Parts: sequence; structure tokens; C-alpha cells
Amino acid sequence: MRTFFEQLFRSQVWRSVFRHGLPESNRTRAEAIFFNFFLHVHPTKVRKRSVRFNYTWGLGGLSFGLFIILTVTGALLMLYYRPSAPQAYWDMKDLQFVVSSGQFLRNMHRWAAHAMVAVVFLHMLRVFYTGSYRPPKEFNWVIGVVLLVATILLSYTGYLLPWDQLAFWGISVGTNMARAMPFGIGEKISFLLLGGNIVGENALVRFYVLHCFILPVAAMVLMGIHFWRVRKDGGV
Amino acid sequence: MFKMNAEKDFHSEATTDAKKTPKRIAFIKERTAARVKKEDEEMVMTFPNLVLKEVIAFEMLVIVLAVISLAFDAPLEWIANPEHTPNPAKAPWYFLGLQELLHYFPPVVGGVILPALAVVALIVIPYFKINLKQEGLWKESRKQTLMVLLLSVGLVVVFLLAFKVYAMLIPTLFVTAFMLVPYFSKRQNGFTGWLGTRPLSWWVMTWFVTIVIVLTMIGTLFRGPEWSWTWPWEGVY
Ligand code: HEM
Repeated sequence: MRTFFEQLFRSQVWRSVFRHGLPESNRTRAEAIFFNFFLHVHPTKVRKRSVRFNYTWGLGGLSFGLFIILTVTGALLMLYYRPSAPQAYWDMKDLQFVVSSGQFLRNMHRWAAHAMVAVVFLHMLRVFYTGSYRPPKEFNWVIGVVLLVATILLSYTGYLLPWDQLAFWGISVGTNMARAMPFGIGEKISFLLLGGNIVGENALVRFYVLHCFILPVAAMVLMGIHFWRVRKDGGV
Repeated sequence: MFKMNAEKDFHSEATTDAKKTPKRIAFIKERTAARVKKEDEEMVMTFPNLVLKEVIAFEMLVIVLAVISLAFDAPLEWIANPEHTPNPAKAPWYFLGLQELLHYFPPVVGGVILPALAVVALIVIPYFKINLKQEGLWKESRKQTLMVLLLSVGLVVVFLLAFKVYAMLIPTLFVTAFMLVPYFSKRQNGFTGWLGTRPLSWWVMTWFVTIVIVLTMIGTLFRGPEWSWTWPWEGVY
């Protein structure tokens, strides 16, 4: 068995994918990071303090983990969902009773979404209480606040999609809040968001586009900048 | 012997009077910064130290979410019906603090000004010197600090009383009480000593977070039909 793996790791095919050898020396361990597209967001060495779990509580990483889970489960949900009224609601019912593991899929997406709002907020508190917003990290804090808002908006736009009573009235309450903005701005914004004066089918399509395309893409770009800057600002 | 360039990048001086000119020779070359170098922090290899932790954390996350998803179903109520308004109509939990604000303040204040202020306040935190200070609130000019504190809290209290926002008033008074503990007690150790080392930014953030949590809890657990006060055991709406 051992020799099988040894041979495999030495084979040309394996080596064409992972150019470094087994991470047995500090050199190959460093190469495992910087020869890897995904891992090279990391430096090859990190401060001992910042990998301690009770410094970051892993909260930034968990926020990102939740985002990945939401992207995967969300893409699968999109296969069964049509953003039109009342079809959206019947698609929910199908997910519950017809699609295999459909209910589980919905549950994962729903609970991960709630969790993400909480975890991102907690991550912000961690960053604040460790004083990690200090220069040169000021701007990354600002990006963070925008990410917090984006996370809440992502969660909120998703809330309308099941097209049940909870969804309809939850969004009605929220868009009524927006209406309170002075000088008619609120009316305009609410009209723009809903594609009308009430929460109807236009609103459903708009929220769908925001939820499945515009906001996730914006969040991904912001996260990219956020992670990049964590390194440029000298690491955690 | 030192080999010198034509241009000297040091200055030398010699005298016999040791009291006037202490005998000390230091060569500070142009390239050497005269600041104290911080001792390098201890580093570890990212692989495996960090990567392994990330993988484990992600796996735990998936497992915990999967277990929760097996145990609890996402809610799905009746199909949307604009004719039938539920009482109370509630937004998702993270907006219930806001909805609670709307109960006390006119819509422009509760729904626009206060939340906008909160977001702007969060954004500008790193750009104000006061938030970069690390000394405890009472470290210097205690009397003056006390005056300013009482004045600011006083203004907030008057504002909250005017709108009868007891849900914000009580936490505000609570936090203020804790702020004052290190002023009256000289204890340097234990909880009191720790409170004494907290800077102003810490107190403001802690106050803000306390209010957010209290309002969200009230909106989620303690509000029923017509946004009346209901106890959780009477039903959570
Ligand atoms: C989608 C939301 C977010 C994601 C995925 C995210 C992710 C991360 C990650 C992975 C780190 C590395 C350190 C750690 O894990 O704690 C980090 C650091 C940081 N985050 Fe976030 N973050 C998010 C939101 C926020 C928010 C809301 C804030 C603040 C308002 C913020 C401010 C920062 C700052 C200043 C750092 C550098 C901390 C340090 O150097 O110790 N981030 N973020």
C-alpha cells in the first residue's frame, strides 16, 4: 500500500498536478502553499499567534466556509426553482415532498444563511475587540462593513424567494422601512427594488436576480479584496 | 581600520573632559535606521499548521449544519397572500432590532437615521484617533472625563426618555454604571481592575452591541399582536 502511494506521488501525472514532493521538509511545505492556486492566498509562514484558535475563533474563515456552502446548496436549489408567482411556492412544496433530499437541501441553505449573518457579525466583534482595525488595516475594516451589509442583503433578498406568508410580509415590512427615507427618495428606492408599489411578481424576479447573481458576485469580489488585503496589511 | 568613503557619514569628536563629552563612539551608517527593531514574532509553516485547522474547521461546520438540517426543517407557511396580514408581521430576526426601533421612533428616525448612523459610525471607527487609544478610560484627567461622560450620557438619557425608549435606556444606564466602577474603586486587580483598563472605544462598542442584542431579543421573543409585549411562554410570534 505504502509503495503504491509512494509510486503514485512520484509518477509523472501526479507531479504534473502537484509539482512539489511530499511536504516533508520546510521547503516542500512552503511549495505546497505557493504552488497551489487555492492555498496561495496564504503566505508560506504565518505568525504563531494568529493561528491560535482563540485569537480569531476562526470566524472569518467560517464566514467564508458558510459562503461556500451557500453557493453550493444555492446552485442546487436553483435547479428546482422558478422565480414566478405562484410557481415559486409550488416549487418549494416540490422540494419538500417530491425532490429527493430536497427538504434537506433547503434546510442547509436556510440555516447556513442565518448562521452567516450571525458569524459575520461575530467576526466583526472579534476584529474590533482585538483592535485589528488599526492602521494599516483601516480600509479592510471598511470593506468588512460593506461585506456585513452585503451579507444581510443576501440573506434578506433570499427571504422573499419561497413566496410564502413569511416571505411576503417580511419583505413588505422591510421595504416599508425604506419608504420612510425623506424627500421621496424612499419611495423611489422601494419602487426600484420592487418593480412596483407592492411586493408582487416583479419584486420576486428582482430579488431573485439580486440574490442569485448581483449580490453574490459583489460579495465574491469584495471577499477577494478582503483576503488580499489581509496579506498586504501584514497578515492577521 | 575602517575603510571610509570620501564623504563621511558620521561625525566624530574627542575631548579630555569626560563630564562634558562622555566617551562613546557610535557609528550610525546612513543605511541603518536608528530605531529599535521589534523582536521578530514566532512563525510557523502555514502547511500543515494553518491548512489543517482550516480543513478541520470547515468539516466541523458542514457536519454541524447537516445535523441541524436533519433535526430542524426550514419554515414554509401558506402561500403569500396580500389580503391576509399576519399579526404581528415580522421581518427576519436580524431586522427585528430595527423593527423594535420603529415602535418607539417616527419612521425617519427609527428606520433611516439611526440605522444609517450605526453603519456610518462603524465605517469611520479606524479613522478617529480616539478609537486607536489603548489606555483605560480613566487613565488621565479623571475629573474632566467624568464631566464629559455624565454630560453625554445625560443627553442620550433625555433623548431616550423623550421617546420613552426604556429598552435602550436601561442597557445604557447599565453600561454607564460599569464605566463608573473604576472611577470610584481604586482596585487594580480582578474585574474592577480589568474594567479600568478598557479604553473609550471599547465602552462605546460594548454599549452598541448590548443595545443591538437587547433590541433584537425583544423584537424576536417579546413582541406579539399589535407589537404588544408578550412573554415567550405566551408564545413566540
Ligand atoms: C462575508 C464576510 C466576511 C468574510 C468572509 C471575512 C473573512 C475574513 C478572514 C478569513 C479573515 C482572516 C482572519 C480571520 O479569520 O479572522 C478576515 C480578517 C479581517 N476581517 Fe473579515 N470577513 C468578513 C467580514 C468582515 C467584517 C464585517 C469586518 C469588519 C467590519 C471585517 C474586518 C476584517 C479585518 C479588519 C480583518 C483583519 C484582521 C486581522 O488582521 O486581525 N471582515 N476576514
